[in-house]
Amino acid sequence: MARTAAPPAPLACSYLHPGGGRGGLLGWVLTTDHKRIALLYLYSILGFVAVGVALGLLMRLELIAPGRTIVGASTYNALFTLHGVIMIFLFIIPGIPAIFGNFILPLQIGARDVAFPRLNLLSWHCYIAGAILAVTALFTGGGPPDTGWTFYAPYSIRTTTNVTLAVFAAFVLGFSSILTGLNFIVTIHRLRARGMGWFRLPLFVWSLYSTAWIQLLATPILAITLLLVMMERLFGLGLFDPARGGDPLLYQHLFWIYSHPAVYIMILPAMGVVSEILPTFARRTIFGYKAIAFSSMAIALFGYLVWGHHMFTSGMSDTSRWIFSLLTFLVAIPSAVKVFNWTATLYKGSIDASPPLLFVFAFVFLFMIGGLTGLMQGALSVNVHVHDTAFVVGHFHYVMFGGAGFGLMAALLYWFPKIFGRLYPRRPVYIALGVLFAGFNLLYFPMLVLGWMGQPRRYYDYLPQFQTGHLISTIGSWVLLVGLLILTVTLMRAARRGPWAPPDPWGGTTLEWRTASPPPVENFAVEPAVTGRPYDYGALGRGAAAPEGR
Amino acid sequence: MSRGMGSTLAAPAQTAHHRDAVGAKLGMWLFLFTELLLFGGLFLLYAVYRTRFPSDFHFAATTLDPLVGTVNTLILLTSSLTMVLAVAALERGRRRAAQAFLAATMALGALFLANKASEWAAKIGHGLFPRSGLLLDRTDGENLFYGLYYGMTGLHALHVLVGLGILAVIWGLLARGPRRGGEAAAERGTERLGSEAAAERGTERLGSEAAAERGIQLENAGLYWHLVDVVWIYLFPLFYLIS
Repeated sequence: MARTAAPPAPLACSYLHPGGGRGGLLGWVLTTDHKRIALLYLYSILGFVAVGVALGLLMRLELIAPGRTIVGASTYNALFTLHGVIMIFLFIIPGIPAIFGNFILPLQIGARDVAFPRLNLLSWHCYIAGAILAVTALFTGGGPPDTGWTFYAPYSIRTTTNVTLAVFAAFVLGFSSILTGLNFIVTIHRLRARGMGWFRLPLFVWSLYSTAWIQLLATPILAITLLLVMMERLFGLGLFDPARGGDPLLYQHLFWIYSHPAVYIMILPAMGVVSEILPTFARRTIFGYKAIAFSSMAIALFGYLVWGHHMFTSGMSDTSRWIFSLLTFLVAIPSAVKVFNWTATLYKGSIDASPPLLFVFAFVFLFMIGGLTGLMQGALSVNVHVHDTAFVVGHFHYVMFGGAGFGLMAALLYWFPKIFGRLYPRRPVYIALGVLFAGFNLLYFPMLVLGWMGQPRRYYDYLPQFQTGHLISTIGSWVLLVGLLILTVTLMRAARRGPWAPPDPWGGTTLEWRTASPPPVENFAVEPAVTGRPYDYGALGRGAAAPEGR
Repeated sequence: MSRGMGSTLAAPAQTAHHRDAVGAKLGMWLFLFTELLLFGGLFLLYAVYRTRFPSDFHFAATTLDPLVGTVNTLILLTSSLTMVLAVAALERGRRRAAQAFLAATMALGALFLANKASEWAAKIGHGLFPRSGLLLDRTDGENLFYGLYYGMTGLHALHVLVGLGILAVIWGLLARGPRRGGEAAAERGTERLGSEAAAERGTERLGSEAAAERGIQLENAGLYWHLVDVVWIYLFPLFYLIS
């Protein structure tokens, strides 16, 4: 795909520098342009990632040697609570949908904006309000919350730390998530371009669609659960208080009814990103389009019915335990359907090993380790032994960071030319990937081993025999940090000074590549008409439906 | 709704995106789903605890007055009727009638809240509130019943309050009327709301587009108000009629 001699991008009339409207900062924080809102999310989310990473590094530093190293037990409790709250509620859940969903979804379906642009801005304002509340919770009241991000009752109701405000922050963030999901569903139903039937939607859109339904149908359960924690703390309703007949186990049920589907809010959009990137760089249509689309919906559906596997040791009845265990195994089927289809897509493709594709390979590898260790824990007999150990911590970091995190980085690298209208150099990104991949496995693989040997999670101290593993893990955290820094610096430089990007630098076939980079305010000069399936490289060869600049 | 969800979901339309009535209504319905699930969590807790403590719930419910609950049910049902009448009036272009019905809805909503507040005040006056000395001496089931009573009716009352706010905003928008096109044209624009011809005619376009938007907003506010009503219809028997 030789697309050389790119004309200078029409930056002057792009969404980054529109002629009319409000200028300056107000032009950003009061914008209703989905592309600008996406950038607002990008910068605010990355800011909080930096905080979350710093907290994680501090925890790893504490664990470099047995005994107290830099912080005491209660500070460590606050550290893992904040790390969890920030990484889950402020980073991975909004992550790909809020940034790339906002930017790419309207472009991919050929729309001018999302269905409710003002609501879209409101969700970002909710996000910021929730984030400010979460930060305020650290410095006010009885000190930073120390319950873990799960806010388990009855401790969350009795602790004197500032849980009420932190819980309210999560409630407001939930609102933001619901509004985004609602907006995307209506957008996908109502604003598809002419000819864009359901089975002509790019797979990223399918993944956002299933994600949006989970956001919509699961988040309210979290909202009521968190509201109840607040009401318990403020008015003492007693609904989760065993002293007055309340049942703390019901809190766990309500919490995981949301929070397990939330895991799929995190991972499904990343899977959608993978399904976009693979065909583009294999120069080949996706294998099993419908299977991938429907497996997203199947994951969304099954994801609802497996929350009990977080509670195998809580004293549930055996019947519910084996039912939840069975359902947990079933989720692996649609996930595996995706992995096999991705692999089949590469077969006989003409592969361009570009940075986004290599990040996708890293994703698939790390996600498989995460998924398979997840299956191990789905089995009741194993679960009882590894429950609440570092094995679980390793597992979900492989899924969340290795999956959703690497998916987000792949998405950023793939759509970077579209968003900023600039290209980045490949070499430093390859180096960053190598360092990241090594650091990641150094950091998290020892956790799997340590947990298997009996290291409990959430402990600031440990027995001497675990020290080697912890030392390797802490060194890995530094390597990982170096990788993140290389990537960040490279991209920040490229966003300012990189060479101009053509409309379709990768040879992608979906609609977002048919408009300028960066796109103009109204997205498309004329509404694009869709005449065939996405990823149709056969049609490209025949000269039909080729992206502009052929 | 007049158009079924099926047809809503099937028809992709690239219309001018700010005036997509079907899309706006679809969005509202999705929002109502989330509200149902929000209350669903509480209904789940109610179901579990009532199954666990059936006789305590039965006994605790004798302290609630079914008459107060019945009156509030009648008030809310009537307010839903006036809400529908407001929507119907605006569809026929009778703006002032719509405003009057809307005002009646708000008055009934406020009456409901006043009734609720006096009921709560009486309960609290008798020492029946979470962690009160009186209640702590009673059984676990009675404590849970009152916890749920205050939690569920409280959250519902909060929704009524929010609904009143929304209705007040829409009443204000209706009172202001269409802004452009001169007094007479504006009046005609509103009167012709719903007629395709008025919407198409260039001179009155701005006025009637604004009026059409008012219609969508009023209808969506009505949907929300009916949801609040529906939730109460379930709360009423669960608390007042089980003794």
